[in-house]
Amino acid sequence: MAVRFSLVAQAVVVVLAIVAIAVIPGVIELFAMMQLTLFAAMAVLALSLAFIWGFGGILSFGQTAFFGLGGYAYAISAVNFQDSTPSILLAIIIPALFAAILGYFIFFGRISDVYLGVITLTVTLILFNCVNSTSGDEYRIGKALLGGFNGMPAVPTFNVPFYPDQVLSPEQSWWVTGGALLGVFLLLRLLLALPAGRIVVAVRENETRASLLGYDPRKVKLLTFILSGAIAGLAGALYVNWGAFVGPTIFSLSLSAEIIIWITVGGLGTLLGPVVGCVLIEYIVAYIGSQQALNSNLVLGAVLVVFVLLLPKGLVPTARDLLMRLVPAPKAKERLADGQVPPSAAASHMAGAE
Amino acid sequence: MADLVPLLKAEHLTMRFGGVVANDDITFALEEMELRCLIGPNGAGKSTFFKTLTGQLVPTSGAIAFRGQPIAGKLSHEIARMGIGIKTQVPNVFNGLSVRENIWLAVRRKATPRAQGPAVDAVLEMIRLTDHADRIVATLSHGQRQWVEIGMVLAAEPELILLDEPAAGMTDEETLHTAAIIREINKTRAIIVVEHDMEFIKQIAKKVTVFHQGRVLIEDTVDKVMADQRVRDVYLGKKVAA
Repeated sequence: MAVRFSLVAQAVVVVLAIVAIAVIPGVIELFAMMQLTLFAAMAVLALSLAFIWGFGGILSFGQTAFFGLGGYAYAISAVNFQDSTPSILLAIIIPALFAAILGYFIFFGRISDVYLGVITLTVTLILFNCVNSTSGDEYRIGKALLGGFNGMPAVPTFNVPFYPDQVLSPEQSWWVTGGALLGVFLLLRLLLALPAGRIVVAVRENETRASLLGYDPRKVKLLTFILSGAIAGLAGALYVNWGAFVGPTIFSLSLSAEIIIWITVGGLGTLLGPVVGCVLIEYIVAYIGSQQALNSNLVLGAVLVVFVLLLPKGLVPTARDLLMRLVPAPKAKERLADGQVPPSAAASHMAGAE
Repeated sequence: MADLVPLLKAEHLTMRFGGVVANDDITFALEEMELRCLIGPNGAGKSTFFKTLTGQLVPTSGAIAFRGQPIAGKLSHEIARMGIGIKTQVPNVFNGLSVRENIWLAVRRKATPRAQGPAVDAVLEMIRLTDHADRIVATLSHGQRQWVEIGMVLAAEPELILLDEPAAGMTDEETLHTAAIIREINKTRAIIVVEHDMEFIKQIAKKVTVFHQGRVLIEDTVDKVMADQRVRDVYLGKKVAA
């Protein structure tokens, strides 16, 4: 009963989300919609770290490396092919391959968590410096000039698949970006409900126990890392589509730090939290930027300190705990009564469902 | 004349940590279906021995064979897949998951999807946590978490079960239940138990191996071991002498 109810509730929420994505262009101004498109692209990036950090237990400082690789992969191939269809695929595949190679050495080399943070951070810096020093005509891939610190302007934006001359309008771009966000969210939710997702969480909970049961934690972590890299790459393509521009600042450290702030504010260990945190923080940053009264980094820092001190769990888990406290009795009963629930559905609140 | 291959055989096993020799030239053999107790004072090298058997440590020298297959130096998950399960001294459980999920993660390595549900229920019944199946393991008592770990080891259906202090932190009644379970699973599987509680050893033991300062001091039946003067001196001390 409880499971069926929660499935129905989830389906309703999904339908509401689809409707919201569909009608937004009709109800808000173009500028606000463009901003939402940017937030949605960033939220996909937030989900990539939310998954690997919150569920895989791996704090990767290098999500912007995959984000940037995805952005550049999209831009370079879009300039060359003049068609976004294969470019979007490449923006997913190339960061995933890069994650596979990097992750192989990190996880199969048994490098500890602290060094994983250092390595991913360093890789981001290396990529930034490499791309930053590619000014000049000699740095070109096919028809695409890399442009060094100036970046690549006038990148072709998304078109209807296989129809390069039918470029998407801003409304259609929003639908694609919002749809991609919802799609990635649902994909991760589904994955976490499947046995594969439970194993990812189990390795986070206790690597020793997982290996003593016969699971290979190195393999599990590597696959988590690759999936997270692929999602960050997709976010990169969405971001470049939004601005029709990509520059080396896509690899910047401040963005790496910002993703971590989104997740801390929204709630680690959830999928909804990081999306909420991302949109909220990005909105605040954009608002402050337009006011020019305060420094946005200062405000971001203050927000982070306030959250770590007052709401260490983040917005979404705190709200969920409050809700649970308001209606505690029936929930607890339903849970106990449900003997036949597969473990994935039961009692997953600690491990992820929000 | 064909030699019977023992289930587990360690030969000249040595484990050094810097200058400390935790296991010194240990030779140990376990037959199929055997129940063996390992005893010895703290620091005798019992847990280190278990860690080398399960791939958590790579022995400095020496060989370990499981059914004739060398396992020294293999990784934990490879050894686990060959059929060795361990309950570690400090409970290693998935604290953030429910009891049911913990057991299910152990069951699903072997059982088909259809058989998983009943198998999980059977283990929950055996460890008497059916009523707490959907609780998060972190919220359970220490004794109950010991049970969750024992349940996971049983659920994985290994050929050889290693139990490192299974009765630690349990009440007398729970200890009795543990002893009953151990005797029950010993009907089909070999078990090695490390334990300090002599009453518990007497309940289950057949053959006992005593470790002392990284070496095997004596290996004999429980009565003979308890009567041995050296064992009294190094380990049992006043408790038995009195």
